[in-house]
Amino acid sequence: MDHAPQNDIIRTSAAAQAAALRAGETSSEELTRAHLDRIAAVDGDLNAFLHVDTDAALATAQDIDSRRAAGEELHALAGVPIAVKDIVVTEGQPTTAGSKMLEGWIPPYDATLVQKLRAAGLPILGKTNMDEFAMGSSTESSAYGPTRNPWDRDRIPGGSGGGSAAAVGSFEAPLAIGTDTGGSIRQPGAVTGTVGVKPTYGSVSRYGLIAMASSLDQAGPVTRTVEDSAMLHELIAGHDPHDSTSLTDPVGAFTRAARAQDVTGLRVGVIEELEGEGFAPEVRARFTESLAQLERAGAEIVRVSCPNFTYALGAYYLIMPSEASSNLAKFDGMRFGLRVVPEDHPTAENVMKATRGAGFGDEVKRRILLGTYALSAGYYDAYYGSAQKVRTLVQRDFTAAFEQVDVLASPTAPTVAFRLGEQVDDPTAMYMNDIATIPANLAGVPGISLPSGLAEDGLPAGIQFLAPARADERLYRVGGALEALLEDAWGGPLLAKAPELTGGAH
Amino acid sequence: MTATDIDLVDYEDAIDRFDPVLGIEVHVELGTATKMFDGAPNIFAAEPNTAITPTSLGLPGSLPVVNGKAVEYAIRIGLALNCSIAETCRFARKQYFYPDLTKNFQTSQYDEPIAYEGWVDVELEDGEIIRVEIERAHMEEDAGKNTHVGGATGRIHGATHSQVDYNRAGVPLVEIVTKPIPDTKGRAPEVAAAYVRTLRDIFRALDVSEAKMERGNVRADINVSLRENARSPLGTRTETKNVNSFRSIERTVRFEISRQAGVLDAGQTIIQETRHFHEDTGGTSSGRPKSDAEDYRYFPEPDLVPVAPSREWVEEIRASLPELPAARRRRLRGEWGFSDLEMRDVVNADALDLIEATVAAGASAQSARKWWMGELARIAKDRDTELTALAVTPAQVAELQGLVDGTQINDKIAKQVLTKILDGGGDPTAIVESEGLAVVSDDSVLTGAVDQAIADNPDVVAKIQGGKVQAIGALIGPIMKATRGQADAGRVREIIMDKLGVS
Repeated sequence: MDHAPQNDIIRTSAAAQAAALRAGETSSEELTRAHLDRIAAVDGDLNAFLHVDTDAALATAQDIDSRRAAGEELHALAGVPIAVKDIVVTEGQPTTAGSKMLEGWIPPYDATLVQKLRAAGLPILGKTNMDEFAMGSSTESSAYGPTRNPWDRDRIPGGSGGGSAAAVGSFEAPLAIGTDTGGSIRQPGAVTGTVGVKPTYGSVSRYGLIAMASSLDQAGPVTRTVEDSAMLHELIAGHDPHDSTSLTDPVGAFTRAARAQDVTGLRVGVIEELEGEGFAPEVRARFTESLAQLERAGAEIVRVSCPNFTYALGAYYLIMPSEASSNLAKFDGMRFGLRVVPEDHPTAENVMKATRGAGFGDEVKRRILLGTYALSAGYYDAYYGSAQKVRTLVQRDFTAAFEQVDVLASPTAPTVAFRLGEQVDDPTAMYMNDIATIPANLAGVPGISLPSGLAEDGLPAGIQFLAPARADERLYRVGGALEALLEDAWGGPLLAKAPELTGGAH
Repeated sequence: MTATDIDLVDYEDAIDRFDPVLGIEVHVELGTATKMFDGAPNIFAAEPNTAITPTSLGLPGSLPVVNGKAVEYAIRIGLALNCSIAETCRFARKQYFYPDLTKNFQTSQYDEPIAYEGWVDVELEDGEIIRVEIERAHMEEDAGKNTHVGGATGRIHGATHSQVDYNRAGVPLVEIVTKPIPDTKGRAPEVAAAYVRTLRDIFRALDVSEAKMERGNVRADINVSLRENARSPLGTRTETKNVNSFRSIERTVRFEISRQAGVLDAGQTIIQETRHFHEDTGGTSSGRPKSDAEDYRYFPEPDLVPVAPSREWVEEIRASLPELPAARRRRLRGEWGFSDLEMRDVVNADALDLIEATVAAGASAQSARKWWMGELARIAKDRDTELTALAVTPAQVAELQGLVDGTQINDKIAKQVLTKILDGGGDPTAIVESEGLAVVSDDSVLTGAVDQAIADNPDVVAKIQGGKVQAIGALIGPIMKATRGQADAGRVREIIMDKLGVS
């Protein structure tokens, strides 16, 4: 066990690490090395990272240390290391999106959010594992092997951002970037005992995110505390002229909202359609207890119906694959990444076929076929067209609900982490994991997931709050308050209850 | 019998028995500084794959952003073609796999074009005006360019490999689609070419494109169908792609009318397909069948927000439109007093701008026309080049004419001076001075020459004095020769008549 006392700092929040840096109690180089040591010790077993960039991370750390020593004004999170989901392009560092298709590809440019991380001086530890092209709810469809859940290494860490969630949950990184198309930040957060935020669509630039479904994709923070998410969200948000769907609004005061710890008079709507059948009893119990804490603290709990949420999953599984089938057409062996040249008759068309046949995994092929079918002439209206109508109905449900309440609440995922391999052969069962998170993506509204306690088998469960578009501050306000109430009740953060990982034991 | 060895029907015969209907799609490359959806420079003939960004290459993670200038240009074109401008419109993805397409979809406008329902008047050779109805004008991006290496023909067939240049990928295009153009009868080839020429002139006047056909800035897809008569339903059409000269457009239409008539005469049906035009034979050949089987799986581009040009902006653009070519031609013809025929010749010779500039520099319209349509047109033809490519400016032509009008030189010397200008000799006045070409009207010089001529030609003198005054010309000839053509012929005549005592 590498558990020397000086390394306890890696088990604290990013805000605490940042404070230690400011106080001179540690240096960014020490802090970064401690995380790299932790990765070296435990990641062989977890497989949370696809690529660790020791040299670049230390170079950034040393640069920040010397700038701090010179008295330079630095960003609040400067020097605190971060992990980035491998779907976000990083100049000079491999980016694969968990696919064979991009094995060894070194992007020639940085995503906008990565530019912001670099400008603020956060050492980038490396790139985290994920379901191939973010398609999955368990990180089992990664071409580079599944990530394991730090709470139980026989279980999945959620998906598609299982790598980012596991890295934060196992103290390999205090902060991580995820992307959420149907719940890929929030659901992994729930099953690893971490905090995950899907910002309002357009809050964080998509420029440099390898697109799965353009109208649904949204990058956001994966952290250990609500405050950490708020700080990271504030850093990566803002208008980007390279993304025409990026919001022009000023970035909200998320950190202040997270620290406010006041829910007096806040109306919390419980979504009737997302707490009944299909949700495990202990997951529901932790959810109910969390609501009771909020009520005691002065919030008002209201039951709200969103009748069209019943159809959200079906609509999502038409719109998402339709956009994905189009977005993934560029992976054809012509300009970058894998190229497979068949021996007989190597025409351009046959190269494209062979490359796509060899480069894409089963889940990706399944969704490309679904999407191609849904968009094809004669079926467009019945499938894609109908799904867009349902999307409008889901948006109307949200509008109506937010006339009654300030935020909506539900369990984040229907169950705790399931076992590796348990749902791999049952795509429909796998898709059900995102039933509570998907409506937010369809409507573009923001959502947060934070731990609600331990449920079956001593595994973490999560509670999700949703707010109207551009009202992300409310999520931090209710999330920060509930986190404080629950930690009081538990006597500390939930992650402190996680079993200690012993390197290579699996 | 296959469609490739069908007997062509004589064109006149085909027109007698069938009614052709045209449909034309014109693509124009916009002359914006940057591409349609990214900041890569929009330039011609750079080194391959240098005018690119991650977005032009469709790299993973890249996103498009609409070029506001391209939208403005599209609106200018729409307004010039009398179209309505959409209050809001969207881009869509047109999906197919091809190596020159970086994303394997083309970002284009599908069911929501920026401009729709317009018209343009097209003037034919003889002055007849045909109104062509415009269905839509929409924005899209160009694809890259494939070069096939290793084959004899440069075509993909027989090539060992292909190279792709993405410099052109993402260049902004506007595609203008006509409604079916009926009632052109035997003039269909001329109407097709005149329509595309009219658009080309409009693009240039609007300053939205260099509109050079030879560079592919303007490309036309020519749809032709035949029906029995004007009351019959439309026949099946063929679409001949990327025809890029006016002559080729005429030949395409003429050939397709003869070919389709042959197919129909043979009892076969026309296949809806794309075809290719061949410059060497003047014929077209089958491309790929364009049937219902083709499925582009269009859907709204989710990476772009809708384009919603404000009405104020549209009206601002409308107010800033320049005078369009047809109106300008009408105005200039009136100002210059040209006949219809003269004006048409000037337009066809691409000399309108040159003459206008020459007039602006001080020449009369008729003299400007005479220079450009006469001597300069002849020189351009001899040198196998364009009028606009000659190394003489309208200002120099006006200056030259000024020297003639001021009798500093005569017409013959003026032509010599012009040759020297074209050979890089500088401005006319400077040439006349440095080469000593000015007309000699100094009596002392001229009197000597006259005396010499009188002495040399006693028989001619006798004739003149005998009353045949027109014989004076026989004396002037040698004088002009002696003075290298620079003698003032009028003054010479006066001196001779003086000396011989005739009047």
